[in-house]
Amino acid sequence: MSNIQSAFSDGKAFIAFMTCGDPDLATTAAAVRAAAEGGADLIELGIPFSDPTAEGPVIQGANVRALKGGVTTDKIFAFVRELRADVKIPLVFMTYANVVFSYGARRFMSACRDCGIDGIVLPDVPYEERDEFLPYCRDAGIDLISMIAPTSAGRIAMIAGEAEGFVYVVSSLGVTGARGEITTDISSIVSVIRGVTSVPCAVGFGISRPGQAREMAELADGVIVGSAIVRLLEKYGAAAPAHIRDYVREMKAAMI
Amino acid sequence: MTNPEGRFGIYGGQYIPETLMNAVIELEAAYKKYKDDPAFRAELTGLLDDYAGRPSRLYYAAKMTADLGGAKIYLKREDLNHTGSHKINNVLGQALLAKKMGKKRLIAETGAGQHGVATATAAALMDMECVVFMGREDTVRQALNVYRMRLLGAEVVPVETGTATLKDAVSEAMREWTRRIDDTHYCLGSVMGPHPFPTIVRDFQSVISYETKAQLLEKEGRLPDAVVACVGGGSNAIGSFYHFIGDKGVRLIGCEAAGRGVDTFETAATVNTGRTGIFHGMKSYFCQDEYGQIAPVYSISAGLDYPGVGPEHAYLHDIGRAEYVPVTDDEAVEAFEYLSRTEGIIPAIESAHAVAYAKKLAKEMSRDGIIVVTISGRGDKDCAAIARYRGENIYE
Repeated sequence: MSNIQSAFSDGKAFIAFMTCGDPDLATTAAAVRAAAEGGADLIELGIPFSDPTAEGPVIQGANVRALKGGVTTDKIFAFVRELRADVKIPLVFMTYANVVFSYGARRFMSACRDCGIDGIVLPDVPYEERDEFLPYCRDAGIDLISMIAPTSAGRIAMIAGEAEGFVYVVSSLGVTGARGEITTDISSIVSVIRGVTSVPCAVGFGISRPGQAREMAELADGVIVGSAIVRLLEKYGAAAPAHIRDYVREMKAAMI
Repeated sequence: MTNPEGRFGIYGGQYIPETLMNAVIELEAAYKKYKDDPAFRAELTGLLDDYAGRPSRLYYAAKMTADLGGAKIYLKREDLNHTGSHKINNVLGQALLAKKMGKKRLIAETGAGQHGVATATAAALMDMECVVFMGREDTVRQALNVYRMRLLGAEVVPVETGTATLKDAVSEAMREWTRRIDDTHYCLGSVMGPHPFPTIVRDFQSVISYETKAQLLEKEGRLPDAVVACVGGGSNAIGSFYHFIGDKGVRLIGCEAAGRGVDTFETAATVNTGRTGIFHGMKSYFCQDEYGQIAPVYSISAGLDYPGVGPEHAYLHDIGRAEYVPVTDDEAVEAFEYLSRTEGIIPAIESAHAVAYAKKLAKEMSRDGIIVVTISGRGDKDCAAIARYRGENIYE
């Protein structure tokens, strides 16, 4: 069992996303610790990319702020190593294929292992292209997280059958960002996944309110929240961590 | 496992969100079903001939040839097509395919506006909705084309993100496609993006070299020594090259936009200054920094102002079958004026990059050599911008 699954061992998991270096790495470090204090079970750390095609305006903004602040892949590896001195919950990276490819997939995954990263989410690497990175993930013991979308009809069992870490269930069509309601039939997707794997399912995209978190947590093993947290960073900057702790606590409470 | 049909050597692939995978698989299946279907071929040929005005002319540029004193220069006149560029070749094919697939809405990205205009045109003709994404910067540079698209009934969405140019328009069109797939076809304008787009667009544009070959055989009784075309994503170039790839004696030369020069950061010459990466659904060459962040590229030409190149070009470059040369803004503007003065043909500033290199090449070749230059579009849209480049304060 990978370290990631420990996030799902004690009730429903709350996964918090933030972009490294938004607006600076010191704030990200404080925000990670605050989210963990608030009860987050896993942190998804974005490595910023110049052209994040799967993101809505809020997370695009985080990418712009982080890159403007001068953060780089190497600085992020060093940052995670420091974070690991006291942050024990599982950590996964979220970034785009070119960030990994450009660094060298083998070198990138080794650096992930050395700094204490447990898995990676690559939204522009579908099942058909995972061999580009999978061998290097395996060698370094990094879980390559699989994504399943509302449009994945006929592909769910194939994807879930090889899933590791957790299955990232994309709740809605479109890009990341808060939504009024989620209309996808999540429970049908989850039941197909559960038919082929015991790897836990977490639902992301569009979840921002406690009521949505409760509803999704009833259907799956965890929820992923990104834009709502990034919005706090956008609004409060260096003062955001306290707000993030309170927000995570409220969301987590709704899921129990 | 990666789909081997979507690869050109190591390049190509389908690096897209899971949300889009069934859409590209469905598109590939539909394309396979229709591409050799006699009824589909007949309908498309009818549209290309009677609506778009094909075949386009292969014109012997006698004055230019005499002036340069070297190889004979022929111009493949894609600028004479309906809507004023080669873009219509691909758009009519994709729109017809989308219609067969039951799609009711076309979305597209555009740089110079030529692909947007062509898509808006096909949508009007085929009773489809149309939304075109265009970088804010380009809506200013190419204001006339924005008006043309609206006149044709399309909605034009100015894209503010990133550098507000072509690459951001592509990103936004991809985002829109993930939002609404069921009734929408993404009518991609170049030989780029995820499989099957590089193959579909190349096939629809290959009519250029198919005609050129027959036309030149008729006029000269032989193949050309060189085919020269401009390269942004590379659709008119691959269309101009395709039926000559097997003819080893024909040099295939793609002209990249060097902007202010390949030794500056203000360039869009991807093959000359970029390296292998993965972006916009494909593995290919990209202008990027040491960490893989996509570079903000620059060219006077909105249509060539793109940090990547189609995967088949990357492959043709690596195997040495095609050459990719940089042409600066200054050289392109000079060629824009030269062709206007010498032959009475105002080329698109994109196509002027090919004209500029052909001028150099012709002088190095003997008088019995033959060069075919693809004039991918007409230059009316560029007149105001070139006047401003020359210090004349003209606005449309």
